[in-house]
Amino acid sequence: MTDQRPTSPHIQVYRWQYTMLLSILHRASGIALSIGALVLVAWLLAMAAGPDSYDRMQSLIGSNVGVVMLFGWTWALFYHLLNGLRHLFWDIGMGFELPQAFSTGITVVIGSVILTGASWFIGLSIFGGT
Amino acid sequence: MSSEQSSGRRSPLSRARGLGSARSGTTHFLSQRWTAIALVPLIIWFVIGIIAHIGASHVVAMTWVGRPLNAVLMALMLGALFHHAQLGLQVVIEDYVHAHGAKIILIVLTKGAALIFGGLAIFAVLRISLGGVA
Ligand code: HEM
Repeated sequence: MTDQRPTSPHIQVYRWQYTMLLSILHRASGIALSIGALVLVAWLLAMAAGPDSYDRMQSLIGSNVGVVMLFGWTWALFYHLLNGLRHLFWDIGMGFELPQAFSTGITVVIGSVILTGASWFIGLSIFGGT
Repeated sequence: MSSEQSSGRRSPLSRARGLGSARSGTTHFLSQRWTAIALVPLIIWFVIGIIAHIGASHVVAMTWVGRPLNAVLMALMLGALFHHAQLGLQVVIEDYVHAHGAKIILIVLTKGAALIFGGLAIFAVLRISLGGVA
């Protein structure tokens, strides 16, 4: 840094609070989802290209590594969606009081875990995966 | 005051207009929000659709994506998603990359990538929907 412009808050001087982790996770999940979006692009292109490339894509996604990554993206998506809603409510001035910020934060974490579990349970048990 | 006046005849407002967020910050902020709002129903629709098509054969998947309503929703979601992702990544870059040149290059790269990948994905959806049997 050459000039003396203000910098972001230094995390060393802040008392650690889990809401900080939630905030970091929103950014991390947003970045992870941006990368995951490329898989969606590849999936659609493979589908458009025909059955052979689609099947190859499906087995890639259905591989062990593929499933683990999909699971991670599912959680990232639900977390980012719920916490994004939390952001949007803040933007219209709701939920900004500290107790609410803490309790909605817990709700977001628990909700994202439940939705991820439910999605995979329903997906695998009812629609059967490969 | 006097030092500011010596920097020319421009008013403080005029100078502020040319700087950083005074130029496009509000548009960016609002776009990040309206894409987020649009993504809520679209992503819920998408996740339910994906869950219902785990392990689907090519024909079944093509039929799902290709149905007119689904193709339109998918294209809308892709547009909102890549726009939102680009705006979000731009904020991340602006927070961490301080060298002006590198910052601009990275932002332009994410914009280009979002356009190309979003365009490819929407092209694929149109081809699936309109292209007939592959
Ligand atoms: C599903 C509905 C979604 C909602 C409601 C949502 C909401 C939001 C909101 C409100 C922000 C701004 C946060 C802030 O002001 O710091 C944000 C940031 C971001 N979002 Fe989303 N988002 C959604 C989906 C996505 C998806 C699908 C992606 C990626 C493909 C994504 C990527 C990002 C990124 C990269 C950021 C920037 C993170 C940061 O600045 O720290 N979002 N999102």
